[in-house]
Amino acid sequence: MGVTGSRATIGVELKSAGKPLAFEKDDRDAIAQMAARYPDRSSAVMPALWLAQKRFGFLSKEAVAAVAEALQIPEPEVAGVATFYSMYNLAPTGRHILQVCMTLSCSLLGADALLAHMSKKLGIEPGETTPDGKFTLRKVECLASCGTGPCLQVNEQVFQELLDPASVDKLIESLP
Amino acid sequence: MKHPLGNYGPVVTPAGMKEPILFGDFATAGVETLDGFRGAGGYQTALDALKNRKPEEITEIVKASGLRGRGGAGFPTGMKWSFVPKGSPKPKYLVVNADESEPGTFKDRELMARSPHRLLEGILLASYAIQSHHAFVYLRGEFAFLEPLLAQALDDARAAGLFGKNIGGSGFDLEITLHLGAGAYICGEETALLDSLEGKRGQPRTKPPFPAVEGLYKCPTVVNNVETIQSVPFIVKNGADWFRKWGPEKSPGTKVFSVSGLVNQPGNYEIEMGLPLSQLLDKYAGGMRSGAKLKAVIPGGSSVPWLTPDQIETKLDFDSVAAAGSLLGSGGAIFIDDGVCVVDALLNLTHFYRHESCGKCTPCREGTHWMEMLLHKIEDGEGGTQDVSTLKTVAEQILGRSLCALGDAAAMPILSVLQKFPDEIDHHLTAKRCLVNERRESVERVRRAEPATV
Repeated sequence: MGVTGSRATIGVELKSAGKPLAFEKDDRDAIAQMAARYPDRSSAVMPALWLAQKRFGFLSKEAVAAVAEALQIPEPEVAGVATFYSMYNLAPTGRHILQVCMTLSCSLLGADALLAHMSKKLGIEPGETTPDGKFTLRKVECLASCGTGPCLQVNEQVFQELLDPASVDKLIESLP
Repeated sequence: MKHPLGNYGPVVTPAGMKEPILFGDFATAGVETLDGFRGAGGYQTALDALKNRKPEEITEIVKASGLRGRGGAGFPTGMKWSFVPKGSPKPKYLVVNADESEPGTFKDRELMARSPHRLLEGILLASYAIQSHHAFVYLRGEFAFLEPLLAQALDDARAAGLFGKNIGGSGFDLEITLHLGAGAYICGEETALLDSLEGKRGQPRTKPPFPAVEGLYKCPTVVNNVETIQSVPFIVKNGADWFRKWGPEKSPGTKVFSVSGLVNQPGNYEIEMGLPLSQLLDKYAGGMRSGAKLKAVIPGGSSVPWLTPDQIETKLDFDSVAAAGSLLGSGGAIFIDDGVCVVDALLNLTHFYRHESCGKCTPCREGTHWMEMLLHKIEDGEGGTQDVSTLKTVAEQILGRSLCALGDAAAMPILSVLQKFPDEIDHHLTAKRCLVNERRESVERVRRAEPATV
């Protein structure tokens, strides 16, 4: 029996961006500054991956190679980090990633019904992106907003809390 | 209360106290700014200690105060600091664990969002005590929105000479690096956090060596939770005896409890240690919502064994909760109502642990997967007595057999529910369906009801 869908999964193959990617000078300088904040430059892998994700959209094989090159760290090590953490995107996403907390406290407050409502409204299943590339719907684990659930996080922004179908509709309609 | 960085509840004065300790900061207008914080006497304790007290004195005060780690394990903080070898030529590091991700726990987020300088002052004191010149704050990735606030606080404090070289003319140097995670519950485990901070997959290490001897970059390291660190300035300022005025002998002081579930007033409450669980629910959280009856309590974050309503008088301190068969943990109290199917709730949590298992240890990696599959089968009315017995065996086989506590955290709630709710489990096997299958309707009904006025 294989273990799938968890961070224990190993051997995840990175997707190709279809073209070589490289950081511009400003980004290379920023990465050098990140490395200088730690006693060992390997610690800058995570912030550099965050930057790569912002710059290139998702962490492709080429984006990971660019981070490895900028920090002079073996590519497989960077790939190992990129595939471990759930906020690093390994495939293209919509402009707004709607990350709905599904863990117990939010679930007690109706997260399951909220997710079903959003899924219906957007016409996509969790894990999918709308055809216009605007929204990705995603189930996530506890966001630490347990007293103010159900809640969701749009990209890395401040949590949207105490949601119900009406307020989530309003939120979705307000996103550009 | 709507705050720019989230919805936070009211600040309540704990029973038997004149004012809250940690939450006392929130009463100061502008405490999140350097001027506001300093105006209320902030950083004075740290500056005074750096100039006039020896590092060992700070450790001794914290040791004498009996402060126990607020992240979940409850290890005595001063003792942890004293394990750092004094003569070591290696650099020493302080790492603040701000990876708050234990389901049911949301206190560190509020503490940091509302009083960021208190965290920095605590870091200054703790670093001085262990003679660390470089501290790190490991902030969970989902808290990225708190990063600008913390970075601003740090920049302002540095500009005022509170960080950097020769702080306040004391000769002590300290730099702080903020490190943003990227989504992984396991990084709240201190050795996994250190691996993550070193730029690796966040997987726990074999202990010993403990981080105090060999931690970050193989150097002596102390890892402390946000609430622990924020408590330090108050203790150093007022003394160990002052802190011991509250709580029992072995769990002194106050503790922030996060309350969630169908209660009237969910939120964070700073209360005196040793208060009964019933008071946290009824007096602070306003009781269960109308129409919801208490069925079970998870007192210390999702990783601990469940308590039942007949245990509601259990006192909230490390030893009393342990004596009741559970753990105080991080203080994330989840109140479960009678509209909830225990198998469904366990399935939710077991899915969480399966998803978050780092994959390093076989019992946890494979065991959490098996437990989720078996719970699914039982919840779907396809399970038999053999499945329940396999579930119990798997949980027992995980206990104590993984490097970190994640395996135990997945197994303990299951074992407690199997023991405490046998009828409900049996019903799934005999009736082939859930005893509380109207859960969603019930939740919706209660959600629509007006919360009682508190």
